[in-house]
Amino acid sequence: MQALFADKMRVSFVILGSLLILFVAWPLLRTITASSPSVLWQTLLDEEVRNSIGLTFYSSFIATGIAFVCGIPLAYLLARVDFPTKWLIEGIIDLPIVVPHSAAGIALLMVFGRRTLLGQAFGLFGIKFVSAAPGIVIAMLFVSLSFLVNAAREGFEAVDPRLERVARTLGGSPWRTFWGVSFPLAWRSILSGMILMWARGLSEFGAVIILAYHPMVAPVLLYERFESFGLRYARPVAALMMLICLATFAALRLTAGRKRRGS
Amino acid sequence: MTSCISVQVRDLWIDLEEFHLRQINLDVSAGEYFVILGPTGSGKTVLLETIAGLYQPRSGRILMDGLDVTDAPPERRGIGFVYQDYVLFPHLSVAANIAFGLKLRRTDRGTIDQRVTAFSQLLDIGHLLQRMPGTLSGGEAQRVALARALVVEPRLLLLDEPLSALDPERREALQRQLGRIHRQLGTTTIHVTHNFEEAVALGDRIADLKEDRVGDVRREGKIVQVGTPEEIFRRPSSEFVARFVGGRNLFRGKVVRDAEGTFVQLAAGVRVAVVTELEGTVSLLIRPENILLSPTVLHSSARNCFGGQVVEVVDSGAVLRVTVEAPPRFTALITRHSWEDLALQQGQDVYLTFKASAVHLF
Repeated sequence: MQALFADKMRVSFVILGSLLILFVAWPLLRTITASSPSVLWQTLLDEEVRNSIGLTFYSSFIATGIAFVCGIPLAYLLARVDFPTKWLIEGIIDLPIVVPHSAAGIALLMVFGRRTLLGQAFGLFGIKFVSAAPGIVIAMLFVSLSFLVNAAREGFEAVDPRLERVARTLGGSPWRTFWGVSFPLAWRSILSGMILMWARGLSEFGAVIILAYHPMVAPVLLYERFESFGLRYARPVAALMMLICLATFAALRLTAGRKRRGS
Repeated sequence: MTSCISVQVRDLWIDLEEFHLRQINLDVSAGEYFVILGPTGSGKTVLLETIAGLYQPRSGRILMDGLDVTDAPPERRGIGFVYQDYVLFPHLSVAANIAFGLKLRRTDRGTIDQRVTAFSQLLDIGHLLQRMPGTLSGGEAQRVALARALVVEPRLLLLDEPLSALDPERREALQRQLGRIHRQLGTTTIHVTHNFEEAVALGDRIADLKEDRVGDVRREGKIVQVGTPEEIFRRPSSEFVARFVGGRNLFRGKVVRDAEGTFVQLAAGVRVAVVTELEGTVSLLIRPENILLSPTVLHSSARNCFGGQVVEVVDSGAVLRVTVEAPPRFTALITRHSWEDLALQQGQDVYLTFKASAVHLF
């Protein structure tokens, strides 16, 4: 603690840094404390609110699952193999972070819209993206997959390749070496990437609203209440969402942290 | 008893970015302890990894018991591999590390427990089984790595500088343990090291890997000599070995204990008094500066005194290097001052004196 105020430079750094912390924490706190617990409780009893929060959690979970299945292998390849177009692949993975999210929504609409080839192909199986839950899932997937892929890649990069080589000499096939050595050792990074991706998906608004205004995910519902009924009605919904997200995020972080200490 | 195999490496070329190994040929007999000696950065690790199948050579073949395994994946070669810095699985306990290869083979639990116990006893690590690798000392970790490699009964054991990360005391203990285990199990072993003493102490035969500069940045490694330890230090063909052997008194002999004490019987017929707990064939090293020269027999507490004839005196400034034929041939370093006192000349008879404790054995 003393080291924070060791000299004048540090003191000024502490002041400047605190401004930023305050900038984040104050509005959050202000929103949460603006509504009384009874109002929050009533908001929670509102079926529309509950359904929308449920849909948000669920969609982001599915998006994280899809990113896990395809993103973990990609992350492993990026961590282990040098190939000529690697810079391009890495760039593509980072693109969703820089593209405006509403533009991402438009882009997805161009490929998964009703009249597109993919849209019609999925339509044959009864899956539609526009104004439907699958649209929410792909919007969330698009804007948040970078978090998982990059975290997993860092996780795999931190695993000494010689651990895999030893496992191979001990009789492990490439598959068993991956599941017995590489994956468990990168698991912490993968898990924290999944939590980050899932949390990022929950808060997605721009891409989702283009593909699926209905059914409403929590950020869209919040926007609609604000637009239609004003700040007074939007505030408790915002507070409730923040509380739920913060609680879930903290709980997940804690479990991940405990595992870290335990291993 | 593990079955052991012979290994042949034929015209192996390995390409790395700024380095290549050129035309490597090796013939390792079944059950042999074969040491590849070379300076750091001469491609020893890559050579081992290639034999293990972890690295693909540009050309050349690798044969095990006459069968071409060049294209076989590592998990099919029946190899135990030990790296310099242990490379234990950090997420698994010591017991699970050792059991790793057995689990991959779907060995039943009872057999796994029994084998893990047996090999942890062999390496004196029974008390560490429940520990995590992060809590082990270097010597302990390396013994766990050895147990993990040996428990699957490899047909060939590959050791990559297994002793180099350890402090001198642990290194010697583990070196003795390696020798003992090899005598016990008889597994064909290829051990690479940059440590000359280690190579001489353990190797049935030694291959000397030399590194050359080719052009400005590229370097290449090749084998310049293969032979028994005696052959290697009698006629060192690389500078690396010559620098180690050069001017030093290096001999091989057998430890003999009798009423008079402990001696090493040299091939030349001379008995050198030593202080050691080693047994069998050993190497002796006597630093030239620890040998005293005198015109008559010195009466001192030093237990080694031999008569001989000066064959050569090399003046290198402040000190002089005097070669005396006893036989065998000894080299002593003396100061200019004592050289003037002794008035040494070629062909003159002198006495060599050194303490039993000045003889370094390995």
